[in-house]
Amino acid sequence: MIAPGTKVRVKLDWPETRGPCHIRTPHYVRGETGVVERHLGNFPNPEDLAFARPAAVKALYHVRFDPKPFWKEGVAPEELVIEIFEHWLEEAA
Amino acid sequence: MEKDELPRAMHDMGGVSKFMCDPVDTEPHALTDFDREVDAIRQLLGMRKVMSVDEMRRAIEAIPEGQYLRMSYYQRWMRSITDNMLARGVFTEEELRAALEQAG
Amino acid sequence: MSDILEIPSDRLLAAVRGLLVAKGVMTTDEIAERIRITDGGSPAQGARMVAKAWTDPEYKALLLRDGTAAAEMLAIPMRGLPPLGVLEDTAEVHNLVVCTLCSCYPRAVLGYPPFWFKSAAYRARAVRDPRGLIGEWGTVLPEGVKLRVVDSTADYRWMVLPRRPEGTEGWSEEQLAAIVREGDMIGVTIPSIA
Repeated sequence: MIAPGTKVRVKLDWPETRGPCHIRTPHYVRGETGVVERHLGNFPNPEDLAFARPAAVKALYHVRFDPKPFWKEGVAPEELVIEIFEHWLEEAA
Repeated sequence: MEKDELPRAMHDMGGVSKFMCDPVDTEPHALTDFDREVDAIRQLLGMRKVMSVDEMRRAIEAIPEGQYLRMSYYQRWMRSITDNMLARGVFTEEELRAALEQAG
Repeated sequence: MSDILEIPSDRLLAAVRGLLVAKGVMTTDEIAERIRITDGGSPAQGARMVAKAWTDPEYKALLLRDGTAAAEMLAIPMRGLPPLGVLEDTAEVHNLVVCTLCSCYPRAVLGYPPFWFKSAAYRARAVRDPRGLIGEWGTVLPEGVKLRVVDSTADYRWMVLPRRPEGTEGWSEEQLAAIVREGDMIGVTIPSIA
């Protein structure tokens, strides 16, 4: 379990380039660093449910980002909060 | 790297530049009978464990972008339901062709 | 089936419905019943929850802690549906909900998602230009208010608990519920009595 307040990095991974997949981690947040707000619960992995495969239960977190640096143009919000599964998160350096 | 250069899937639309200047149609749009029936069938397939919501989304995401953007929201659902039923063998392509003949 | 795109949608629906019924997956009565139940969901349900939270601090605490339980307390059916999370607006923070990947929407308490929520423009702009986006509804946040966007990507569904407008002191729950609109509970608009 990742404690609230922990700095995390979203994996910079592109399963989309390797074949059929179903990913619930938006492209714009991959490789970015945020802070875990809270553990929302545990849910079967949608990446497996999408193919009717046995789905392991994964922890789901609300992770907060500062999206201002994400895009050069546009006025991003002060905070962006996203539901992200544990297997997409790694410890931030 | 610019976000627009990332190898995103076409349904993964957050912040995508080509939509940033599009106005939002804030007016209410009434659902058609087609829309509501497709919605209901999707729910029943989920409740009966014949098709999960993620299976439905995956088949929607597999629609080529040009078609995806041309289709209405519930046309995409209808397409996904059909693809899923064929893939799962709930009915065969031959049966679907016959049923389409009858429905035509 | 490669030529599926050429088939008119209504004809495809008729064929698939016929096959699902013939295979015993569902009946036409069940489809009609499901349509009736779904049509019963509406923003009025969420508005009742908001109005109660504005007048009852204990209910508000429950709503923020467990949106599903708070909905069930008002006899809104939640069984088998995704958990409901509630985002509280304050004097410092305004919340806006989007689903950039598809159209995840708190249907149990707000009904069918509106057309705009499903559009590419809304999904793209909410995370990158949210102030410009809500400006399309004429919504302007007071200076200094932090905008917090929630991208609904996975198993929760999110609704916003907006702030109670000034000038509603002493109003009943019914009066309050009547001023809460769909957009207020997603964050594109703010309740007002003007």
